[in-house]
Amino acid sequence: MSEVIIALSKGRILDDTLPLLADAGIWPEEDVRKSRKLIFATNKPNIRLVVLRATDVPTYVQHGAADLGVSGKDVLLENGADNLCEPLDLEIASCRLMTASVVGRQVTGRRRRVATKFVNIAKRYYADRGIQADIIKLYGGMELAPLMGLADEIVDIVDTGNTLKANGLEPLELIEHISSRLIANQASMKMKYATLREIIEGLERAVIQRRSA
Amino acid sequence: MKSALWLLPDGIEELLPEDAERIEAFRSQLLGLYHSWGYQMVVPPLVEFLDSLLTGVGQDLELQTFKLTDQVTGRLMGVRADMTPQVARIDARFHPAGRANRLCYIGSVLRTRARTQLSSRSPLQSGCELFGVAEVEADIEIISLMLEALRLTGIQPVHLDLSHVAISRQLLALSGLDSATQAALSDAWRRKAVPEVDQIAKSVTDPKIADAIRALPRSMVSLSELHTLITRYGSDEVVKSSLLSLQRVATVISARFPEVEICFDLCEMRGYNYHTGLFFAAYSPGFGQAIAEGGRYDGVGEQFGTRRSATGFSVDLRALLKRREDQAGGPVKGVLVPAEADESAWALIQSLRQTEAVICEMPGDTLASLQQRCNRRLVRNATGQWCVKDWNLDD
Repeated sequence: MSEVIIALSKGRILDDTLPLLADAGIWPEEDVRKSRKLIFATNKPNIRLVVLRATDVPTYVQHGAADLGVSGKDVLLENGADNLCEPLDLEIASCRLMTASVVGRQVTGRRRRVATKFVNIAKRYYADRGIQADIIKLYGGMELAPLMGLADEIVDIVDTGNTLKANGLEPLELIEHISSRLIANQASMKMKYATLREIIEGLERAVIQRRSA
Repeated sequence: MKSALWLLPDGIEELLPEDAERIEAFRSQLLGLYHSWGYQMVVPPLVEFLDSLLTGVGQDLELQTFKLTDQVTGRLMGVRADMTPQVARIDARFHPAGRANRLCYIGSVLRTRARTQLSSRSPLQSGCELFGVAEVEADIEIISLMLEALRLTGIQPVHLDLSHVAISRQLLALSGLDSATQAALSDAWRRKAVPEVDQIAKSVTDPKIADAIRALPRSMVSLSELHTLITRYGSDEVVKSSLLSLQRVATVISARFPEVEICFDLCEMRGYNYHTGLFFAAYSPGFGQAIAEGGRYDGVGEQFGTRRSATGFSVDLRALLKRREDQAGGPVKGVLVPAEADESAWALIQSLRQTEAVICEMPGDTLASLQQRCNRRLVRNATGQWCVKDWNLDD
């Protein structure tokens, strides 16, 4: 049995990940959400959990500081995941990455201004469609940007669409379906394959069970 | 502003004395090893015309290459980002007729982007290339030599990962999938995304091929399990011969290096566009990435006039030695020649320098700074002759 460290994303994803891990037979020895600790022992002596900001999870896994991780597909797409394995779609924290704009507004005849947190995804998306777009990086409250004339469109995560609607915006095009993925360090995948395979298969069974429930 | 003047660009680093000496010592050990296997050293140029530098190497390397304009010809030149294609060019032009050509090299390369935030943009690349042999004997020699080179570093344990491009390529060709789905399949293989691979395999009509496509990301097997794959998927000649050559290589290597753990990863996609046959990488705990890698790239010399079989490996000395514990426990200390020593000590000093460092005291040197470098010093004995004496702090 190899030593395995699993990096989990804080916040909403964590709430969905812990039950999934429990179904796969792995649970932390204390309440992750209440403790201020960052590293947690589990019921399995060879497995430890670390809890990180969602955007940091791929970095830890890429450099081998963690062997496995749970990360949103949006984070993987934005930051590039060339050196990572992505063995499983956990089908949690599902949402859509979309473009959106003020209802009825259409930009033609000039460069499009786009506000987003996902700069790289937005650049790729507009370039693929042959649209010249100026990307403005914002850290939150995207809906405000088109209302205040800062941008023509936004690229953002859409869950229910209620926030958009409440601000007079509408979703336009789907860029990608987003959900959380199990990611693995490439070297760990080779050196600790037997142990990782067992964890991955346990999670896969848990995902399938949930799908049919 | 002035305080930041000494800062170096991202991913560019200098080596301070201790590290520099360690790397230099390893460098000469390494070249000694290559020499003892019959590999001859070549020194490719730091820059060359982009056309020759980037011929037949794919787009990845082009993006990795720093470019500048030659003031003499107006043509674009590139700073090498990888020395392997340069060595292949040298072989294509200057190889001895009709036999194996063994070349080795060491030098700094420059890359526009680091592979990860922690890796260097200017690795000290070293490697060996064996040209002109298409058979598996060449792969075995190159992998053995790579493992010998890693043995010199003292890094343990070492895992050897073996793969073969022909297997995934053949399955893609036989899948009957359109090119977009084929791309999605290779991407899913690369990420070892088993459920996605299974999903794509559903649209493959030939059940045997579909089965093999599904098996690929699940077949991270050891040597003892490889034969089951051969009996199960060996009906296709290409797949069978690839698996057999993997088996042959692994059998020899595991006998030669019993301490090395060997595993097969048949859906490894690293260097997929570049490699043409068997390829490999070495991993070790604590590194997170491959510590040495290589493989077959037959035909690279074609544009330079000769189509040659080729296989080789390369390592980055800086990355390898970064993690290495300093076994010697600090640099070896030398002998101090105090300021009062006159020319009568010269003969002794020169004879000492045959084997060790002798440091002459300079005006303004402090005792503390000298003792950092020296643990012995020259003193006059009772007869007035200069001799070497241990230099203790309480003296």
